[in-house]
Amino acid sequence: MTRRDSTIFALLGLTLVWILLWGTFSWANLLGGLGVAAVVLIAFPLPPVVFGGRLRPVALARFVGWFAYDLVVASVQVAALACRPGPQPHSAIIGVRLRVNTDLNLTLTAEALSLVPGSLILEVDRSLGVLYVHVLDVSDRAQADRFRRDVLALERRIVSAVGSPSEFQLVNRSES
Amino acid sequence: MSALDVVASVCLIAGAAFSLAAGIALTRFPDILSRMHAATKPQVLGLLLVLLGCALRFRNTVDITTLVLIGVFALATAPVAAHMIGRVAYRSGEHRADLLVIDELADHQPR
Repeated sequence: MTRRDSTIFALLGLTLVWILLWGTFSWANLLGGLGVAAVVLIAFPLPPVVFGGRLRPVALARFVGWFAYDLVVASVQVAALACRPGPQPHSAIIGVRLRVNTDLNLTLTAEALSLVPGSLILEVDRSLGVLYVHVLDVSDRAQADRFRRDVLALERRIVSAVGSPSEFQLVNRSES
Repeated sequence: MSALDVVASVCLIAGAAFSLAAGIALTRFPDILSRMHAATKPQVLGLLLVLLGCALRFRNTVDITTLVLIGVFALATAPVAAHMIGRVAYRSGEHRADLLVIDELADHQPR
């Protein structure tokens, strides 16, 4: 995706938000939205997002399904931990090096991670592609290692959904 | 009361329960890093369930599109806010180091 493509993509996205805000589709809303989007993009230029991949609908659906499941599990976990009497939960900070070191992959993985079981991003090392994650309710090293594998599995689902063919091969090969 | 209304009520009550749990977690968890977990997961799910419940009750596009936007922005911004607060808390030493089993970030020099 070139710089021009990502600008067009942002323009259409912002226009869609504008139409959703009004709640009804009309040509006036469409034109008004395009105008507002253009002003926003000129006033606040964004760095281009390098998107070298392609969308794989089945993998994307699988990612969304897992994400919803993980979100529910995570919420129940935290809620149960909050209401459980007893000692305060221990936690751990672990560094996980992602296999695909791109802006898009780091961002998506970090966002998804913060919402799924027991994890919170603390620090990102951009040059090495390492995410430092705070994990709630960890009591030993074995649990931390299990969590590390969960992070890499999440990355695999994301890259499978939107990654380029070479990235797709990278994550799916190192898995086995 | 139709079946949709029943589903909507279940969503609203479950959403409220998750939000309550998030509130309890905020007061009970030992340090700011643990509290940020409560501010992201149960809180976002609680909000999404309440929005879903509202959408099932309203059933008109003008309201539903607004609810969809609220959900999307909550999903996009909650992790970022939690990340920024967690990052600052760690760097300024506002976390409980004695509760950490492993700290791999300690060996890493922040730049």
